[in-house]
Amino acid sequence: MSADALAIEPNVGSRALTPLQVRPEVEHSEAGSTTVLGFWIYLMSDCLLFAALFATNSVLANETAGGPTGRALFSIPYVLAETFCLLLSSFTYGMAMLALNTGRRSGVLGWLAATFLLGLCFIGMEINEFHRMIGEGAGPDRSAFLSSFFTLVGTHGLHVTSGLIWMAVMMTQVALRGLSATNSTRLMCLSLFWHFLDIVWIGVFSVVYLMGSM
Amino acid sequence: MLGKLTLSAIPFDQPIIMGAVGFMVLVGLSVMFVLTFLGRWKWLWTEWLTSVDHKKIGVMYIMLAIVMLLRGFSDAIMMRTQLALASGGAPGYLPPEHYDQIFTAHGVIMIFFMAMPFLIGLMNIVVPLQIGARDVAFPFLNSLSFWLTVAGFGLVNVSLGVGEFARTGWLAYPPLSELQYSPGVGVDYYIWSLQISGVGTTLAGVNFIATILNNRAPGMTLMRMPIFTWAALCSNIMIVAAFPILTVTLALLSLDRYLGMHFFTNDLGGNQMMYVNLIWAWGHPEVYILVLPAFGIFSEIIATFSSKRLFGYAPMVFATIAIAVLGFVTWLHHFFTMGAGANVNAFFGITTMIISIPTGVKVFNWLFTMYRGRIRFPSPVLWTIGFMVTFVIGGMTGVLMAVPPADFVLHNSLFLVAHFHNVIIGGVLFGYLAGLTYWFPKVFGFRLNDTLGKCSFWCWLVGFYLAFMPLYIVGLMGMTRRINHYDNPDWYPFLVVAAIGAVVILFGILFFVLQIGFSIVQREKTRDLTGDPWGGRTLEWSISSPPPFYNFANIPVVYGRDAFWEAKRKGLKQPSTALRRIHMPRNTATGPIVGAFSLMLGFALVWHIWWMALVGLVGIVLSIIVHSFNENRAYYVQAEDVARIERLSSRLLAH
Amino acid sequence: MTTIQDANNRAGHGSFGSYITGLILALALTAVPFWMVMGGSMSTRTTLVGIAAAAVVQIVVHLVFFLHMNGSSGQRWNLVAFLFAVLMVVILVGGSFWIMNHLNHNMMPMMMG
Repeated sequence: MSADALAIEPNVGSRALTPLQVRPEVEHSEAGSTTVLGFWIYLMSDCLLFAALFATNSVLANETAGGPTGRALFSIPYVLAETFCLLLSSFTYGMAMLALNTGRRSGVLGWLAATFLLGLCFIGMEINEFHRMIGEGAGPDRSAFLSSFFTLVGTHGLHVTSGLIWMAVMMTQVALRGLSATNSTRLMCLSLFWHFLDIVWIGVFSVVYLMGSM
Repeated sequence: MLGKLTLSAIPFDQPIIMGAVGFMVLVGLSVMFVLTFLGRWKWLWTEWLTSVDHKKIGVMYIMLAIVMLLRGFSDAIMMRTQLALASGGAPGYLPPEHYDQIFTAHGVIMIFFMAMPFLIGLMNIVVPLQIGARDVAFPFLNSLSFWLTVAGFGLVNVSLGVGEFARTGWLAYPPLSELQYSPGVGVDYYIWSLQISGVGTTLAGVNFIATILNNRAPGMTLMRMPIFTWAALCSNIMIVAAFPILTVTLALLSLDRYLGMHFFTNDLGGNQMMYVNLIWAWGHPEVYILVLPAFGIFSEIIATFSSKRLFGYAPMVFATIAIAVLGFVTWLHHFFTMGAGANVNAFFGITTMIISIPTGVKVFNWLFTMYRGRIRFPSPVLWTIGFMVTFVIGGMTGVLMAVPPADFVLHNSLFLVAHFHNVIIGGVLFGYLAGLTYWFPKVFGFRLNDTLGKCSFWCWLVGFYLAFMPLYIVGLMGMTRRINHYDNPDWYPFLVVAAIGAVVILFGILFFVLQIGFSIVQREKTRDLTGDPWGGRTLEWSISSPPPFYNFANIPVVYGRDAFWEAKRKGLKQPSTALRRIHMPRNTATGPIVGAFSLMLGFALVWHIWWMALVGLVGIVLSIIVHSFNENRAYYVQAEDVARIERLSSRLLAH
Repeated sequence: MTTIQDANNRAGHGSFGSYITGLILALALTAVPFWMVMGGSMSTRTTLVGIAAAAVVQIVVHLVFFLHMNGSSGQRWNLVAFLFAVLMVVILVGGSFWIMNHLNHNMMPMMMG
């Protein structure tokens, strides 16, 4: 066994093969796309987290223990308004990404601010709804159905809140440092996160609220 | 001010526990004393604790695993001696409340704080080297994952001296784990240590998938990857898919305990069977998460030491993928007796039997690899052969219990206990110990003493059979698990043999520890000067032992499987292209800081110290945000420095 | 600028048209199930099917128009990961539903009154 057979790259045949030339710029954009892939994989794990919560919800949906049911508690028009807030915020974030692609920093900041406000509206409405229900004696400790409702919707709300905190940090970083490669990658990841949360909300309003109020 | 925490939380009246705590404190203080004496605190911080180098993080994971192996095994030997004593009315020396904590801690520690860190440590060290990469995809995330695991480890160890641990068994079924029946802090320690380390594990899963998909050397297609890397990929995909289920289930239990919700309570609509369903939907994939990389390790070892390429690479890959997918449709076999009826039970019984087929394919492929190979027998090969025999037996008893009517008799008996120890020890533990021995010289630059390794192996093998074969028999005789005393005198001789087996295993562990110490002292005798002490086949053996911190000066280009073996065969030389500067990540303190805040958060939640919990949570979030503002995260190693390091190692390698 | 666009190209980026189309489709697919429930005119079964169908289609709309998921090489691993996650979700939710609904299978029928 030759002790200095460290090479893997043969110079066989007619082609002289060169090892990979690692240019920093290539590194960065490849690092960026790896980051986005990694974030997407994390989102898939989050998908399963919500799946487990949906599964629990489906099992416990009828366990109202003599307490209030979904039909009695849910205000469907209110949920429709919440849904519009979140859906519009997905659109405004898309506008922010378009501004990013054309390098318009002020556009990015403006559309992010709009998204933030819509998201804040959504959370505010949700907190209000929870507050009302708890006040009516329909808190998460009233029955298994309500435990499951508050947890599933609340977990989604916590995710949205985390997204808002992240968005505020991003707006600060974009304001301070502009549309750098790092910030672009992060905005891309936040974009995936934000749209994903809207997708989960489709499941929530369909299964929990609409089906649950029938 | 301190929630539920008072001085009475320390069990001064329990001598065994105080002895164990005293021992742990003594060891901790000795380590700190040695570090102070040698003036090595700064070195520890800058070279290890803040490191983002996958090799160092891997070593730290494995060190954690070995420490917890000792603690988990202490629990085991305490249980075996108790059962050998507590026959025919005798109470033994461990009252039920203590015994219950011991078997719970034994399971939790061995799975979550021994096997998982051992696994993640091995993958950390080996996978980037095998794919020709400089590090994992997200080095900071790697450090963060490690420190979250340490926070969990901290909670489990603190629980010994401050408070108590859960008494529910390692999966903490409700209603026993609910507040009504476990009002103490034990279940809370359980919940938070697992939740915190579970986040670390999930993030590690994301990290490794991204690494394996995107950081492979050019030319290394998926079907040219080393088989261990394939196993790691499948295992990490399973981690990312399964751990969220565990997170949710434990979170729901904690919501019941902390906020009075009713997911799994007896009243107001709770459904305990949903807990059992969900926890096993995680739990079954978990055991395949552990065993698939062990299979990968055996594949690498057997090919290397037979001097022959792995037989049936493609079937091995597909078998691994099949096990990974099928592993998600078998989970009900853990609760056949919960009453889902014949159709449901039959479906899951059949899937459980099907999953043994790809495993059987692997066994045959290993045998065919050995056939007509020129086999050498250092200790990694002994572990491998020991595994093949032992795991097959364990697998067969598993398929036996996959038949629901048989399981109705054997569920929760010692037959079950013997089965899962059979496959976990014979499969997972033998695999990881073999892998440790195999890759040790790559990491540290010298081989472990082989004679002591063989002593360790034989003690483990003989000890395992002595300890667990009798348990199959008493299981068939009707003995249930988790009991601390029994009346049936027929069981007694078997339990005595089992206790003797545990002592033999103790010698196996002692030899293992001795092996490491002795090898360090005698390291010049087993120094690895070539980087390739075993005649390896894959890329990790193409660089020096230990490798330079950047792994590869030039990223290799790969043209086939067993890339290094082929290069050796063709007598290829180092290319004479110029070295370039290398982009490397900087160390960071954010990992240990977030770990510390996580430990604070977990401890505070256990004891209901709400202000401390808030500080911990805010600390975690702020540390991450501050870290995100840091732009100085990487640096360049200049070409001259790379050249200097390469010259140094090739001078050593030139013999 | 090349680097930003490289990263975004690999991740998939959209145009104003795709976002507007997505928004309009999503608004419609939201309105339909809400209208079905709030109007209450259809049978329970039809409404449930309608809600489920609208949800599935709207999720696809989000994936295509907002997340730019397609079969291109830059998106391939994302698509594979997504499909695998869908498989896992189906197994977990469907499997749990099947198991949990059968757990009373061997229980004696409840006495009336």
